[in-house]
Amino acid sequence: MGEFFRVALAVAAKDLRLELRTRATILSAVIFAALVLVVFNFSRDPTAVAAIDLAPGVLWVTVAFASVVALNRAFTVEREHAALDGLRLAPASRGALFVGKALANLAFVLLIEAVTVPLAVLFFELPVATAGWGLPLILFLSSIGFVAVGTLLSAMAVKTRFGELMLPVLLLPFLVPPLIASAGATSRLLAGRPLSEVVGWLRFLTVYDLVFVTLGLLLFGAVIDE
Amino acid sequence: MTDDLTRARTLLRVGGAITLLALLGAAGVYWLALNFTPTEASQGLAQKIFYIHVPAAWGALVSFTLCGLASAAYLFLHEPRIDRFAASSAEVGLAFAAVMLTTGPIWGKPIWGTWWDWDPRLTLTLLLFFIFLGYGALRSALHDPGERARFSAVIGIMALVLVPFIHLSVYLFRTIHPKPVVLRPEGPALPIEMLRTLLVSVGVFTLLYVGLVTMRYALGIARDHAEANAGGPDA
Amino acid sequence: MPSPEAPLLEVRGLVRRYGRTTVLGGIDLSLGAGEALLILGPNGAGKSTLLRTLAGLARPDGGSVRLAGAPVAESRRRVGYLAHDSLLYDELTVEENLRFAARLQGPVDDGAIARALATGELTPQRDRLVRHLSRGQVQRTALVRALLHGPDLLLLDEPYTGLDSASAASLTAFLQGCIARGRTVILVGHHVDEGWEVVTRVAALARGKWILETPRPASPLETTTRYREALRG
Repeated sequence: MGEFFRVALAVAAKDLRLELRTRATILSAVIFAALVLVVFNFSRDPTAVAAIDLAPGVLWVTVAFASVVALNRAFTVEREHAALDGLRLAPASRGALFVGKALANLAFVLLIEAVTVPLAVLFFELPVATAGWGLPLILFLSSIGFVAVGTLLSAMAVKTRFGELMLPVLLLPFLVPPLIASAGATSRLLAGRPLSEVVGWLRFLTVYDLVFVTLGLLLFGAVIDE
Repeated sequence: MTDDLTRARTLLRVGGAITLLALLGAAGVYWLALNFTPTEASQGLAQKIFYIHVPAAWGALVSFTLCGLASAAYLFLHEPRIDRFAASSAEVGLAFAAVMLTTGPIWGKPIWGTWWDWDPRLTLTLLLFFIFLGYGALRSALHDPGERARFSAVIGIMALVLVPFIHLSVYLFRTIHPKPVVLRPEGPALPIEMLRTLLVSVGVFTLLYVGLVTMRYALGIARDHAEANAGGPDA
Repeated sequence: MPSPEAPLLEVRGLVRRYGRTTVLGGIDLSLGAGEALLILGPNGAGKSTLLRTLAGLARPDGGSVRLAGAPVAESRRRVGYLAHDSLLYDELTVEENLRFAARLQGPVDDGAIARALATGELTPQRDRLVRHLSRGQVQRTALVRALLHGPDLLLLDEPYTGLDSASAASLTAFLQGCIARGRTVILVGHHVDEGWEVVTRVAALARGKWILETPRPASPLETTTRYREALRG
């Protein structure tokens, strides 16, 4: 078990170091998210639609798209100089490699959300105070699911010539159920409903996370091993 | 190697014959539906599309489920024939899903007054349709046969696992889709003549599935044969 | 426990396919401690595929690869593999790359990293990004990375490519040291003289099969002659 987490943390730390050194992906993902928010704001007729009605949907579409941008990066760094082979040569379980890549991706997605959500609050005048701790909880739970599915799919998409395009095509259908849950729960909370009313959605997200993290642990070997 | 092509040709002929039979059966279903099956009281003739919409949904579900199960089997056995079957099943499933997704709105417009409704079963089919479009796109973008088989198997399994999540998440939205009329605990609510026509149609679509998958499988053999002759890898 | 006289590497009837093309058509190979095999062969003969399969990067479609009696997938720590590609991250420094590779294998020993840098004559470059290294420096870093964890079996795919004559000589000296310590080496090369001093056996691969497998002939010239004859058929 110690072995498992040592390898996972080594892989995650390596990815964070690489990204912090270049900052290329995170920066573009954050800028992309900010631009999407701006565009959405002008797609709305302010006299007919209140910002709050649109906000949960806009927030989650933005988070999902920005996550795709971040997830695209995950395996391009392993493709150069066949670095993935270097990981595969390690006497480590494929599950540990999966968790390592997924942890780094989770850090990136949470970082993007840490910028996107305050911007959405600012642009759409979201009453986040009424939502309380429910909103960060939903963000965290759904990010785990996004990242579990996204890590698996991005390891495959990177092998194709138009991987950056392939990933959203493969990934977005899988994100629809957690997005429905997250947007639904977010709009309830922003409308001032109590946390107890979204417990069902939170449970749904938790089960989704558990199932797809397990699937990732089981299937990652089939993706990376020839 | 030419053995492959002979086998492909035979399978193509067999699959073609089964498909033709199924298509004749489908014509028979409509002859039955229009002449011998009572017309639904409130929906009128529009309800007749039921006999293609529901069996197509059934066909899509069978195709994707078998693709998912074959995918799991592939990861254990690494048998190229299983991969070829999974890919064939997925492609035929796409065709059935397309029929289900187009007949749905045609039926929905006169009855519900709307072309599209985000009902659980329609949404499920739509999302599976998208997933398997992606499955096909991924397959055609990969050149290493082993890699192609492994990746598609992973997606086939993931799709199967996703089904209950799609269903559950969409179900919590209000639905105007007819409640199940056949598979329900109290027994079918459908008049016996309609049920008979439906069951015949489901049988016909299952036959159509077998025919189309056989043909698609034969094409898969021919394609692999062509790929193998086009030159190997860089060793 | 493997018996002491059991060979370190035991390959039986190894088959590897690419779709319907057979890349390796039944390879047998047995190497003991302290042996060094040079594999020659034309492009596309399956040399790299063979090495990747021995390294546990590609699953055999038939036959078996055993290392000290166990399947490769269970004894990865015993294998050091130098690939065509460097397996390095451009945006990490030489030392960061080595540390990461070491952490994948086990707890990191600072002394081992320092010694590895010294062996590869890379101590002055330890804090440079791999992106900024010369071709030869990249090759040495890749080599050091492959040997960092002290593997028993070294699989080297064209290790002399990109090395100047001084580096080539020190690689040869290094490999001689490895063999003297009982390591087993497999070299894939284009020229017979590359690593000639260390080689104990020579084999040639064509269309996925051995066309030559012999103890090292008396001279490079004789080896070349026999290789050419084997190629002709």
